[in-house]
Amino acid sequence: MISLSNVSKIYKSKLKGSQPVKAVQNIDLDVDKGEIFGIIGYSGAGKSTLIRMLNGLEAPTDGSISVAGREMSKIRGSELRKARQEISMIFQHFNLLWSRTVRENIAFPLEIAGVSREQRLNRVDELIKLVGLEGREDAYPSQLSGGQKQRVGIARALANNPKVLLCDEATSALDPQTTDSILDLLQDINERLGLTIVLITHEMHVIRKICHRVAVMEGGQVVELGKVLDVFKHPEKPITKRFVQQITEPEETKDTISHLAAEFGQGMVIQLSFAGDDAEKPVITHLIRHFDVEVNILQGKISPTQNGSYGTLFIHMLGDEAEVSRAMAYLNESKIGIEVIENA
Amino acid sequence: MLEKLFPNVDWAILLQETLTTLYMTGISVVATFILGIILGLLLFLTGKGNIWENRPVHLIIGAFVNIFRSIPFIILIVLLIPFTKAIVDTMIGPKAALPALIVGAAPFYARMVEIALREIDKGVIEAARSMGARVTTIIWKVLIPESLPALVSGITVTAIALVGYTAMAGVVGAGGLGNLAYLDGFQRSRNDVTFAATVVVLIIVFIIQFIGDAITSKLDKR
Ligand SMILES: Nc1ncnc2c1ncn2[C@@H]1O[C@H](COP(=O)(O)OP(=O)(O)OP(=O)(O)O)[C@@H](O)[C@H]1O
Ligand SMILES: [Mg+2]
Repeated sequence: MISLSNVSKIYKSKLKGSQPVKAVQNIDLDVDKGEIFGIIGYSGAGKSTLIRMLNGLEAPTDGSISVAGREMSKIRGSELRKARQEISMIFQHFNLLWSRTVRENIAFPLEIAGVSREQRLNRVDELIKLVGLEGREDAYPSQLSGGQKQRVGIARALANNPKVLLCDEATSALDPQTTDSILDLLQDINERLGLTIVLITHEMHVIRKICHRVAVMEGGQVVELGKVLDVFKHPEKPITKRFVQQITEPEETKDTISHLAAEFGQGMVIQLSFAGDDAEKPVITHLIRHFDVEVNILQGKISPTQNGSYGTLFIHMLGDEAEVSRAMAYLNESKIGIEVIENA
Repeated sequence: MLEKLFPNVDWAILLQETLTTLYMTGISVVATFILGIILGLLLFLTGKGNIWENRPVHLIIGAFVNIFRSIPFIILIVLLIPFTKAIVDTMIGPKAALPALIVGAAPFYARMVEIALREIDKGVIEAARSMGARVTTIIWKVLIPESLPALVSGITVTAIALVGYTAMAGVVGAGGLGNLAYLDGFQRSRNDVTFAATVVVLIIVFIIQFIGDAITSKLDKR
């Protein structure tokens, strides 16, 4: 559905003497039809620049971009405007027209596409139902909550039956609960309409919850790419590890673990990670039945992703050296990931 | 009672001069509104980072606007005499004041329009572009509606300034309340005439302000 090859974007700096900014460098990327594809990266990584090239709001300096069968970098004028009606976008700050009601905002792209008044009204009603805004049709954006505004944004983006939906930090201005409800809506739309979604974010939670595949961006490049579960299982780059830790190790985990380890004074703290079906194996039971070790569970967490669940478990293991190393050998053999955090 | 306070005021003349002032103000406000919005849109759209970014055009319009905005009105009237003669074919009467009123006020208003347009959230314009809107659609359906309260409050200020300009134009022969206050009142030492004309001007200004404020607050849905 979307295919990028060797795409770069360089901004020439207007200040004399300063270096041009390489916002995006040599990106190759393919997004399949019906996929929810996530792009994660820190501020300034070039995510917005990349996504804005997908609908021609920015032109690439180099490379080619094809979206829904159109060569975006080559078309302009009316052909580009037509293409944009098939590639919708939602925004972090919603970007609704404050002078229009919910209904009129949603009708706007239909007006642009030249849809007749009667058909517009019908379509708007459908969309209002789809995004769950019944009863708020005649409200102005200033009378809506952030989550409701984004629902209007989504309805507006879906109005012309696009093939691709681009989301630029669509949930970054929302609280966690509202974020989840918007993500549920996006997933629902993806499943019901078979819409291809490209979504950028700096929150791993968003990737975990709805994306099928993820690309990690740093310094204008894609440094890691794969199925979400695989990236959780084997993050390669340090930046990816940090993103994965956003989910597997909430802030306070590190402190708690080292605090507990200090209190135990002996034994070792191990982080086990499970992915997919492994998560269902009774590893701990096996451990205490077959080896003469004591096992304390310190913390555990399961994070479901679109390709299966990913779980982490922090345990404290105590026993004599020979038993502990036999137990470790068993763990190493089973397909779960292990990492020794503290070894007293 | 009124006869006592205003012994020299001829009410029929006062009414007629009021209508002349309203005529000059009305026509010039409408023309200024249209011309100012066109100039303001051009200034905005050709500005840096905008849809029609074009430095030379932007600078030329900007210079034109700044020059005409800076010339004192009374001098502008004199400078425009040949121009006025060419288009309205007379130098006296309310019609003769119109070119100078419009040329004086439109650039003033154009700057306000430009500022109002710059206040619009860039994201909204971008959203419209991402939907495949053409520039004319963006102008009519995004730029103007989204800045309308500011455009109206700007034209209110401009209209009030125009009432003042008509008074000055009156002095040089255009008629109206300014002319009445100066020629009939001041020069013939009839203070009551000056006073009555002033009161009417004030009432006009208050009414314009009131209507402008009411429309602005009705339009503003933010
Ligand atoms: N119009 C522009 N002119 C010059 N430089 C730009 C422009 N737009 C973006 N950049 C630069 O390109 C780089 C990437 O910016 P971009 O907005 O794509 O980052 P981002 O990953 O979306 O960050 P954020 O998470 O903060 O939105 C930054 O260094 C930025 O300063
Ligand atoms: Mg961004």
